[in-house]
Amino acid sequence: MSDVAERVKKIVIEHLGVDADKVTDDANFIEDLGADSLDTVELVMAFEEEFGVEIPDDAAESIVTVGDAIRFLDKATAS
Amino acid sequence: MRRVVITGLGMVSPLACGVDASWERLLAGRSGAGPIRGFDASDLACKIAMQVPRGDGSNATFDPDRWMEPKDQRKVDDYIIYAVAAATQALDDAGWHPRTEEERIRTGVLIGSGVGGLGGISETAVILHEKGPRRVSPFFISGRLINLPSGYVSIIHGLKGPNHAVATACSTGTHAIGDAARLIGLEDADVMVAGGAESAVNRIGIAGFAACRALSTAFNDRPKQASRPYDRDRDGFVMGDGAGCVILESYEGAKARGAKIYAEVVGYGMSGDAFHITAPESSGEGASRAMQAAVKRAGIAPQDIDYINAHGTSTPLGDEIELAAVQRLFGDKASERLSMSSTKSAIGHLLGAAGAVEAIFCTLAIRDQIVPPTLNLDHPSVATPIDLVPHKARKRQVAFALSNSFGFGGTNACLVLRAPD
Repeated sequence: MSDVAERVKKIVIEHLGVDADKVTDDANFIEDLGADSLDTVELVMAFEEEFGVEIPDDAAESIVTVGDAIRFLDKATAS
Repeated sequence: MRRVVITGLGMVSPLACGVDASWERLLAGRSGAGPIRGFDASDLACKIAMQVPRGDGSNATFDPDRWMEPKDQRKVDDYIIYAVAAATQALDDAGWHPRTEEERIRTGVLIGSGVGGLGGISETAVILHEKGPRRVSPFFISGRLINLPSGYVSIIHGLKGPNHAVATACSTGTHAIGDAARLIGLEDADVMVAGGAESAVNRIGIAGFAACRALSTAFNDRPKQASRPYDRDRDGFVMGDGAGCVILESYEGAKARGAKIYAEVVGYGMSGDAFHITAPESSGEGASRAMQAAVKRAGIAPQDIDYINAHGTSTPLGDEIELAAVQRLFGDKASERLSMSSTKSAIGHLLGAAGAVEAIFCTLAIRDQIVPPTLNLDHPSVATPIDLVPHKARKRQVAFALSNSFGFGGTNACLVLRAPD
């Protein structure tokens, strides 16, 4: 697992209170991990804080799975 | 109006998590006071408080994980977790776990708070200032509102009846129980979870109450002696955290399901001082009218009251005004057979939770026929024929108990409880 993936999954586990084995790349925050819309707002804020990046609202809306978040943050931190 | 009884009790106090442990320690004369922990108090005028003992749940410590998911705890200030814990205990104690839709719809929640999420508001203001609005949590508002203890309790337990909250400073818990009893009396609900919750022991809370000269500052090196209602050396109140909840039911409903009945809520009285934002009116006229209204509603005379759980915060002004008002209302003869204690001497002033926790102590005084002590009452500042129950709990008959709460803004509320028939 990449460093980014590990950090993303750690945040998801902590914020949503879910078991680690459920936090797969395909896992949808709302449908699979029990998040509501406010939880996803908070998750995006936690990603921003952890990685020191800004995730604009339109980009945040397209981050619906764990994999989406990892891919976005991989790109954002590489540049 | 229908008769209303108390069938369940729940509490998180500075003495313990749980009603039985708090009550045992209260009767044993223990104090919940100590040096402030969890934040820097070195520059505060008051460096002591009565904080909830945290731990893994053993020895009656408070383990938040037992009451609320860790992921939800992060979203709220402690008063909400305390309220959920107290409400859950009370529902369990009453054996009331509504299963049908009708039972859910007929069960409501009315839990108040004096100041709500003061700590979270203060911390978020700093985040807003230092990091900007994009760092403000989406749970900032929902974790700090006064009515969110009622909201969380209804969601967690599926209670779909009236969902209400009270915010009347230090009278909150008493108003909440009185108002909830009326909702049952008027048939808006059959069962109510009622009480108060507070977690104002934080830097801004202590700084604020110290600024209005309400807190004790002379006993920072002797925290357990600081809360001393009616004593000549008292110099302000000691702030405490916690929550109290009771289950109120219609008398008929409680009887029909064979619930144990602790006490009946027979009287509720309210008044306003129309005098000053923080100071009590010197004649105690407002307080007296609230007591009179509660006693009248109960259909009894003041002389029928056996025990008063006083507001008695340990402030130089308030204690004597309340004492004089009680003495005038009861007269010399009745005062002689009256016991009146301030349990704030042991648990501190829980602000919005105070009235709820103190109504529970009145309920237990009725159940066990014993009155809890006023700690640290070494030298009463005035002579009185009333038994102020200094230092030690006292066995005595308690058929009727009166609980007094007076709040900033000049808001007064009193409850009269009666032994079950």
